[in-house]
Amino acid sequence: MVSLIGYYTTKFGELWNLSLFDLVSEAINGVLKNAKLEKKQIDAVFFGNMMAGVLGNNLHSSAKIAEILKVNIPVFRVEAACASGGLAFHLGKNYLETNRVRTVLVVGAEKMTDSSPEETTSALASAASGEEQEAGLTFPGLYAMIAQSYFNNYGYNEKNLAYVSYKNHFHGSLNEKAHFRKRLTMEQILESPYIAYPLKVLDSSPISDGASAVILSSDNFLIKKRKESVNVLANEVATDTISLKERKKIDELLATKIAAEKAFAVSKLKRSDIDVAEVHDCFSIAEILAMEDLGFWKKGEGGKRITELSTMFGSKSSLIVNTSGGLKAAGHPVGATGIKQIGEIFLQLTDQATNRQVKGAEIGLAHNVGGSGGTVVVTILGN
Amino acid sequence: MVGVVSYGFYIPKYRITVDEIAKTWRKNPEDVKKSLNMREKAVAGADEDSLTMGFESAAMALQETKIDRKKINIVFFGSETPPYVVNPASTILGEFLNIGNNYLAYDTQFACKAATGAMISAFGMIKSGFSKYALICASDKANAKPHDPLEYTASSGSASFLLGDSDLLLELIDFESFSSDTPDFWRREGIRYPSHGGRFTGKPSYFYHIQQATKVLLRKTKLKPENFAHAIFHMPNGKFPQEVAASLGFTKTQIEKSLVVSHLGNSYTASVLMGLVSTLESAKKGDLIFLCSYGSGAGSDAFIFRATNKIERRKKEFEKIINKKKNIDYSTYLKFMHII
Repeated sequence: MVSLIGYYTTKFGELWNLSLFDLVSEAINGVLKNAKLEKKQIDAVFFGNMMAGVLGNNLHSSAKIAEILKVNIPVFRVEAACASGGLAFHLGKNYLETNRVRTVLVVGAEKMTDSSPEETTSALASAASGEEQEAGLTFPGLYAMIAQSYFNNYGYNEKNLAYVSYKNHFHGSLNEKAHFRKRLTMEQILESPYIAYPLKVLDSSPISDGASAVILSSDNFLIKKRKESVNVLANEVATDTISLKERKKIDELLATKIAAEKAFAVSKLKRSDIDVAEVHDCFSIAEILAMEDLGFWKKGEGGKRITELSTMFGSKSSLIVNTSGGLKAAGHPVGATGIKQIGEIFLQLTDQATNRQVKGAEIGLAHNVGGSGGTVVVTILGN
Repeated sequence: MVGVVSYGFYIPKYRITVDEIAKTWRKNPEDVKKSLNMREKAVAGADEDSLTMGFESAAMALQETKIDRKKINIVFFGSETPPYVVNPASTILGEFLNIGNNYLAYDTQFACKAATGAMISAFGMIKSGFSKYALICASDKANAKPHDPLEYTASSGSASFLLGDSDLLLELIDFESFSSDTPDFWRREGIRYPSHGGRFTGKPSYFYHIQQATKVLLRKTKLKPENFAHAIFHMPNGKFPQEVAASLGFTKTQIEKSLVVSHLGNSYTASVLMGLVSTLESAKKGDLIFLCSYGSGAGSDAFIFRATNKIERRKKEFEKIINKKKNIDYSTYLKFMHII
């Protein structure tokens, strides 16, 4: 069994004075300190990052990490758009299970705010299919089409979406590492400008800088020494067509459904066993679809269920979602997001989530999406 | 004591509204107005440039004074959009103002604070006895790449100040400057339109430098925001000056009169000085006035002035003049800015 024995994240936000590798360095040093490990105890590093090559002309970043750590161990760079972090975690776990090594470090990071919004949006669009990019689609455009389809099929509107941002901004206000710590009113969300109808600025996750890291270990001696550790009960990856036009349904993410089915089957857990979840809310519509596709809510009911705010911190329901603030409020430094989601679940399950601690949380799920559902990683943690 | 003897300004009569620009680019004008706190901006005509506007404002500054123009031994011209890259506008200005030839002239550049920096130099030179008077001209026909958010704010205008050591309408109490290497907005040689770092132009740039310069000057003079009748901060848009003023403890009433940006736009080097011109229309004897510029790249110059008993006689009509205007459509705007 592979266990997670340490987590650290930098603050997410517009970190003008820090470079990509300043952030990576802070996350690596922070997680080693939190896990009380020496760097010589790390057997390999997995680095989740999407845009250092496109925006910073830094593709051989694995060797840069070797330089930061001053080690000569294997370092792997992993790219799967916004699921780069989740996929790096997956490969790190598999590496532990299939090699004679004991401990790996997984770090995800992104530096997005040094470039103009146009450059960053264009770089992000490289996660979409070439044909759809040529047709002029960006990610807000793709998710806007998904939202339109969902509205048409089930009769919902923008107000249903606004509840996601309302809840996640409340959670972000409780997370000192979040990009946005401001609570929003429903009116503020509904009055924010459109970016791609029907999605508004406040339906959308921001462009952020940040880095997050975890330590995974299969060393029982090391795991037992750690007071705070959780087991990786399942970690499954699924893929789907990169092009929206090739999908049978565009108001669901098939890869999420497949990865979730596999993860619940492997862990032998039921949906009702999950106490806390971090789901991929790059746009408000994405959280509603995630809740349905993961099997927590029935298809088509998400628009209504979100208005009950049962997944908001403080609610008495058995599942609280996106306590970190989600991508919406905690921020979305693409490569770091998947690691931060797993890290947030780690904090919740080890009673370290301070003012947003969900009491008695024992089992948690993290759901990380690349592109508009081309890659999905679902992880279940617990003891 | 050194200070301001006289001043002048020039605002071209043409205006383009946020609605007109937003309509062209199919943006919701209400969203733009709300996010930038802008209504319209002033646009220089096809036959106007920073120098012609500079001449207008400088001529106004000298118009009602009875000074011997030959005693103006300093002419500084601050602009981001001078008519020549090589060839000073300051000498052309001096020539047309008929101040003789015994003067030091140069053009200054430091984004939107090119003229306030020149003012500090001139105050020092007057104090040293180099010259009795100095003419500082701030002028810009500010351009922006079509469809860039700057297009809603970058405007045209000029303000000129005659500085001296006697017969002052504003006495300089003190000043301070704060600078750092912060590349938030730039235009390289041979490049037509400026580039900018988007949101980077805010917190680490505009806000940081103004806040630092202001705090240092207030600490140095042991004055507090409530001691001032008026305050003026550089106006890149309608929102930033209000936010920076509030963050420093200045009230809405103190900055109210200076906020000309929402209807005149950001005339770059002239912007903060246009705020001063507007403020002086309602200033009274004894009023303490705080002014802080901001120039990308980056730096801020903060000044404290006190209005003298000459203010009543020498203040210029401003609001009435700027209300004489003519609206233009987007294609005329492009023509006037020589974009097409």
